[in-house]
Amino acid sequence: MSEKKKKLLQGNEACVEGAIYAGCKFYAGYPITPSTEIAEGMSVRLPKVGGKFIQMEDEIAGMAATIGGSLAGFKSLTATSGPGFSLKQEALGYACLAEIPCVIVNVMRGGPSTGYPTGPSQSDIMQAKWGTHGDHPAISVTPAYVQEILTETVRAFNLSEKYRTPVVVLYDEIVGHMREPITIPAPGELEVIDRAKPDCKPEEYFPYDDRYLIAPLAPFGSGYRFHVTGLNHKQDGFPTNDSKVIRENNERIMRKIEDNKEDIWKNEEIFLDDAEIAVFAIGSTARSARFAVEKMRAEGIKAGLLRPLTIWPFPDKAVRELSKRVKAIIVPEMNLGQMVLEVERCSKGAEVLGIHRVDGEPINPGQIIEAIKKFK
Amino acid sequence: MSAPAVTEKKEKISVPFDYNKYLRPNKLPHIWCPGCGHGIVLKAMLRAIHNAGLDQDKVCVVSGIGCSSRTPGYVDFNTLHTLHGRALSFATGIKFAKPDMKVIVVTGDGDALAIGGNHFIHTCRRNIDLTVLVFTNATYGMTGGQYSPTTPIGSQATTSRYGSIEPPFDACEMAKAAGATFVARGTAYHTLELEKTILEAINHKGTSVVDIIDACPTYFGRMNKYKSATHMMEVIEKDGTVNVKQADKLPPEKVQGKALRGVLHKVERPEYCEQYESLIMEKAKGK
Amino acid sequence: MSERYEIRFSGSGGQGMILAGIIMAEAAAIYGDKNAVQSQSYGPESRGGASKAEVIISGSPIDYPKATAIDCMLAMTQEACTKYHYDVKEGGILLIDSEEVKNVPQGKFKLLSYPIIGTAREELGKTIVANIISLGMITELTGIVPHEAIEKAVLSRVPAAFLDLNKKALEIGFDRASKLK
Repeated sequence: MSEKKKKLLQGNEACVEGAIYAGCKFYAGYPITPSTEIAEGMSVRLPKVGGKFIQMEDEIAGMAATIGGSLAGFKSLTATSGPGFSLKQEALGYACLAEIPCVIVNVMRGGPSTGYPTGPSQSDIMQAKWGTHGDHPAISVTPAYVQEILTETVRAFNLSEKYRTPVVVLYDEIVGHMREPITIPAPGELEVIDRAKPDCKPEEYFPYDDRYLIAPLAPFGSGYRFHVTGLNHKQDGFPTNDSKVIRENNERIMRKIEDNKEDIWKNEEIFLDDAEIAVFAIGSTARSARFAVEKMRAEGIKAGLLRPLTIWPFPDKAVRELSKRVKAIIVPEMNLGQMVLEVERCSKGAEVLGIHRVDGEPINPGQIIEAIKKFK
Repeated sequence: MSAPAVTEKKEKISVPFDYNKYLRPNKLPHIWCPGCGHGIVLKAMLRAIHNAGLDQDKVCVVSGIGCSSRTPGYVDFNTLHTLHGRALSFATGIKFAKPDMKVIVVTGDGDALAIGGNHFIHTCRRNIDLTVLVFTNATYGMTGGQYSPTTPIGSQATTSRYGSIEPPFDACEMAKAAGATFVARGTAYHTLELEKTILEAINHKGTSVVDIIDACPTYFGRMNKYKSATHMMEVIEKDGTVNVKQADKLPPEKVQGKALRGVLHKVERPEYCEQYESLIMEKAKGK
Repeated sequence: MSERYEIRFSGSGGQGMILAGIIMAEAAAIYGDKNAVQSQSYGPESRGGASKAEVIISGSPIDYPKATAIDCMLAMTQEACTKYHYDVKEGGILLIDSEEVKNVPQGKFKLLSYPIIGTAREELGKTIVANIISLGMITELTGIVPHEAIEKAVLSRVPAAFLDLNKKALEIGFDRASKLK
């Protein structure tokens, strides 16, 4: 058996590989730094696999057309950064309520506003959960390595198709633009999930059939004629003012994520078994943290790392359990305090300390080491 | 005149059109006010779809937000009620992903020309095969009668109590300038003419835009001293427009200040989805 | 944690510093048997302004992707040299373009100076291959990747019509660096 060929790929290029692997056939987006390589890659790759790429007139149109592509039955992707993620929020909420699967990549850059387009940041963590108005479900995955961007993009499509909801792939500019050797998995090596399609008679089909937690979704044009709206709706898809139905539907779209958190969560735990001081970090900051934690271990300090690959729904159980075992949880993040609020919320006993940085420079291992030593 | 003769004549004129084939009767009554023109336009659209011989399963009706954008809920096709201004973007996604579908966009003048103006321009530029029906009533009816991008100068609205000072858009001129390959205008008043115009728009390959003037008696009408819905239709739609074919034969003073009806612009230009499939997908295969 | 070897290529946007970083990473991780991570930072402009590309090479997995203590840094412009030389570690190498960097920084590093861009212009007639000369020099100076690996990496990244030109540039780099050592 020959070893699979390694390739040196950029994070954003790995995202393209992941999308194609997952069976993505539709991309609509708008160029924006530092996510543009994803659009460029998809424009080349999609037509080769029978897919469609379109560069829309703005970010909003990119998100809307992505939802349209998905309603037509195709796995759909869009990618953006900073201001673009803000512009996409209204349509993202539409996909939450109308339960249209799609994947949105947000390569985080410095903000607010135009901010620092080429500088890294992790300041859209809360926006990935709360960016669109109204209560809504959110799933967001947070890869930290180039190989992982590929596998997490596949997982994002799987979660999106399985739970009929938009999924945000969230990583910082450093991870998006760095290059590492990766291998492209062979077909069949990774699980690929496709959305459930109805097998009932068209006249019996309800796009939000209340017999299901997650109803099958028929593609437009497949003989199931149904209605989709961004208004609160009944199981048949038509608008309603019935408060009972509105409540039940709003609660259900939250519950479909809430009840399946164990399936959606994914954490990497490093040296946590006997750790006294834990670090909680994502993306490139988690890479700094791992470096720092290994250095601490070499010095005999019992430090460990909890690295969530799913940041939404928030890994509250893992943090709660961890907080009972460690003295402190250190939360380094390239923002002025977002994840740390969630860690504080979930923490039972442990002291929580944030390390924050918004100058376009990464949080380096030295900063984390310094914080760990405070609790030694 | 004897009774049998009348019956015979009626049969010759028309077989009653079965609207129910294309409606979702259990979703009616609609939300539109008495005297609103949207229902007339809806019926003309259904007759045109019928006459085009389209398969209901392959028709998709997409709308944005507003009174006219409630249309998809009442019609039995693949229907999508989207966000304010974004109907054309959702529709582009559906059409581009599945070009064998006939995608019809129902939108209002505020939806298409204000909040969705950018999408309107670029849809026309791409010449993607969408039929765009703009219900132009010079009003934001759903929110209670504010001035819109087609409200005439001097008109009253809840946000122009001292008279509007903004010049109105001409949706047809804009569509033509942006590259739409079929541009026409109709009114709710000229309902049979409108049906034919919509049919021609549906049959056109490329972006077809039909600007449809219809009246909002509830807001625009009341605030601008129109006596009734029929009075509005007569003044704005009947007397305020002239068919483009007749316009040439009339003296200039009879055409002055009137909106032209009928097909105003029709050219052939490669359609977006076909271009993508024949140029991009073919080239990509070889690489 | 095994040893990290950290290289920084710096210059102005358009000088091919990022490409040099990519090629070095490929030489180590694709054509060699090591791990490598390449990252970069630059301003809002894709041309002009100081830019840097960093390559971390190691025998084990690499977590922190940015430079911590630089073993070898290349500076092709004064601005980049002034801005980025601080992280070069004691005993590390700072290679500068002698015609571009007039204000030479002081430090406990080994300073090497050579007219890299001038050589590309005068001997090869193309300043665009200055980055490839510098790759040859850094390979020779550091020994972090074998000559064959960097050659394979360079040739896989350049258009067929320019294979000879780039091969020559690389060899000039090997040669001049061996005389600088």
